[in-house]
Amino acid sequence: MSDEGTVQLAHGGGGRAMARLIAEVIRPTFDDPELARGHDGALLGIEGPIAFTTDSYVIRPLIFPGGDIGSLAVNGTINDLAMCGARPLYMSVGLILEEGLPLSLLRRVLASMRDAAAACGVRLVTGDTKVVDRGKADGMFINTAGIGAVVAPAPIGPQAVRPDDAVLISGDIGRHGVAVMAARDDLGLEMAIESDCAPLCAPILGLIEAGIGVRCLRDLTRGGLASAVVEIAETAGVSIALEEAAVPIREDVASACELLGIDPLHVANEGRFVAFVAPEDAERAVELMRAHPVSAGAAVIGRVGDAPAGRVSCRGALGVARAIDMLSGEQLPRIC
Amino acid sequence: MCLAVPGRVLDLSGDEPLTRVGRVDFGGVVKEINLAFAPEADVGDYVLVHVGFAIAVIDEAEAARIFAHLDEIGELAEFAGPLGAEP
Amino acid sequence: MKFRDEYRDGAAARRLADAIAHTVTRPWTLMEVCGGQTHAIVRFGIDALLPPEITLVHGPGCPVCVTPEAYVDKAIEIADRAGVILCSFGDMLRVPGADGDLLAAKSRGADVRVVYSPLDAVAIARADPARQVVFFAVGFETTAPANAMAAVQARREGLTNFSMLVSHVLVPPAMRAVLEGPGNRVQGFLAAGHVCTIMGLAEYQPIAALYGVPIVATGFEPLDILEGVYLCIRQLEAGRAEVENQYSRAVTTAGNRAAQAVMAEVYRVIPRRWRGLGDIPDSGLGLSGAYADLDAERRFGAVVDGDDAAGECISGLVLRGERKPPECPAFGGRCTPERPLGVTMVSSEGACAAYYRYRGAA
Repeated sequence: MSDEGTVQLAHGGGGRAMARLIAEVIRPTFDDPELARGHDGALLGIEGPIAFTTDSYVIRPLIFPGGDIGSLAVNGTINDLAMCGARPLYMSVGLILEEGLPLSLLRRVLASMRDAAAACGVRLVTGDTKVVDRGKADGMFINTAGIGAVVAPAPIGPQAVRPDDAVLISGDIGRHGVAVMAARDDLGLEMAIESDCAPLCAPILGLIEAGIGVRCLRDLTRGGLASAVVEIAETAGVSIALEEAAVPIREDVASACELLGIDPLHVANEGRFVAFVAPEDAERAVELMRAHPVSAGAAVIGRVGDAPAGRVSCRGALGVARAIDMLSGEQLPRIC
Repeated sequence: MCLAVPGRVLDLSGDEPLTRVGRVDFGGVVKEINLAFAPEADVGDYVLVHVGFAIAVIDEAEAARIFAHLDEIGELAEFAGPLGAEP
Repeated sequence: MKFRDEYRDGAAARRLADAIAHTVTRPWTLMEVCGGQTHAIVRFGIDALLPPEITLVHGPGCPVCVTPEAYVDKAIEIADRAGVILCSFGDMLRVPGADGDLLAAKSRGADVRVVYSPLDAVAIARADPARQVVFFAVGFETTAPANAMAAVQARREGLTNFSMLVSHVLVPPAMRAVLEGPGNRVQGFLAAGHVCTIMGLAEYQPIAALYGVPIVATGFEPLDILEGVYLCIRQLEAGRAEVENQYSRAVTTAGNRAAQAVMAEVYRVIPRRWRGLGDIPDSGLGLSGAYADLDAERRFGAVVDGDDAAGECISGLVLRGERKPPECPAFGGRCTPERPLGVTMVSSEGACAAYYRYRGAA
């Protein structure tokens, strides 16, 4: 199948055209023995408890500085598994393609899915393809589900968070959201910011293997640092105090946020996580995280308190704490 | 109201007063800005930008004034005690 | 970033706060008339640094908040028409009309687009000559010249498919209205710095003299606001009521003459209804005779002022500085940014939204 063409409705029709798309484009790219069997599903043998997650990906533009929808979809699911304290192993790929999507673009996205999966030793073992009418799918949507083997010795989650735990972040915030906004030409911004889209399994597995008392992990996605931390405070029934000056942010990201009138704490990330760890382990955890390139900018940014439950505050430049809330509605540039 | 952000003029283009534009650097983010309301803006100047328009060239001497003022009122408060800040 | 970070210095802020504490001898109530300042005060906790004698109240400084329901309804009605693209600043999209907001219109298929600059709306009209492009022009004096340039540009290019729904408001008449209010408690003003950048200081002299209130043109960073408070308190303690300029790096006495010239060409001063404040004479801008053909109200029918639904919302009292947001019984409970009862909870610059966001529901 040549690179010249585009996706047609027939490619999702269940007939010859679909068989050719799978045989000539999808299967050779992912190149996995499970896929090669051409069966209805993958048969896998996994020992012990597993983590299982799914997520769907929609983004405009499909290709952005630092990544594309393919790397986003694979890394997103890898990260969700890692946050469960699991080693990511297998993934499914559901493609919803819009009629007219250039095949060259599809090939590029599939190749970047393959590369992102290979980088973490994850296999893409089963999938599905549908084609929808032109104008119905922003080019393409991707759903991925993933399975990982749980390696954390104790349950990781908001319920494990205790007062006095240290709150760590793996690096500077806001790059993904700002890079994607800048890539949409309607704002006319020139900037050298790349998305932070990256797999986070290496530093997470590093923390667990080193015996760090990891209580809770959460990757920062839409809604940014603020939404992740507020969610954890509400679920765990604790308060969390952040230090604004300790939260790493690049100057250009901060400037772009200022220009658009948006709060960097609410801007999306795709390669950052917060870790809640036992206070005595905080320093060692930061050092361990800094040893990995994806979390080289790790820092302690706050501490857990006991009350009031669900309350997140952030001490700002003047030494006064303000309340932090989740983003309300869609993030819109403002004039006033 | 009226979010306006300071940025440094990198270059200028256009001769007509109403359509003169400049590329302005906001700490690593560059955007083309209309300079119709800042006809005196030159390369290297800092302008204050609101909805895509420069509304003022920032007066650097005046910008430093607040810090001189701070020293002044700091000393007054120190030496004169309460009410001492009245000039 | 230069001209930003140095004005957020914590040690310098505490020194200014100390100077204010040393100066004040009795209670004073000051009002800022700018949502950007309200935002900075609440976000940085500037009020927490001030001595208890000083109360900061937040005026009608959010142009989105004071845009009457009838204009939002008109914008929605226009957006719902076939063949129309409605362009608006992001701030307006969530502002409720009598029945829904522009985001709701967008979700049912209306072509509503967020623009960063008014010239973006002109570019959209240029690119799509078969459709009518309407720009919802709101804002104070800061935004009015930029929006005027959209009209000038459309005229120069001879675009016949571009028009503006104009709901511009002017700050000094609103300050007078606040001072005339029966429940007024404002004793001094921090005037909105960027409005002064455009208009200069002349309009404030008669207000300071007539009402005996100091007025200090003030910037937006924490040190600016603290210095503005300091200058205002110093005047009040000395029994003076003058116009002062804290924001001299961006404000001159005469203002921005190039901007004023374009405003004079494109607009005329008209009476305006303000949400929460009612009708205020000479408090708005409409298109001048020379630009009347670009008036969306000519193409799509005139806006008819109605009574805004009041209900439980006390945003009028908040906009006049007679109540602070947490003093509203609905605040944070029945009224949140997710389910707002009134517009001051909707706009990110609205006083209620700022308190909710940075202080929490309680």
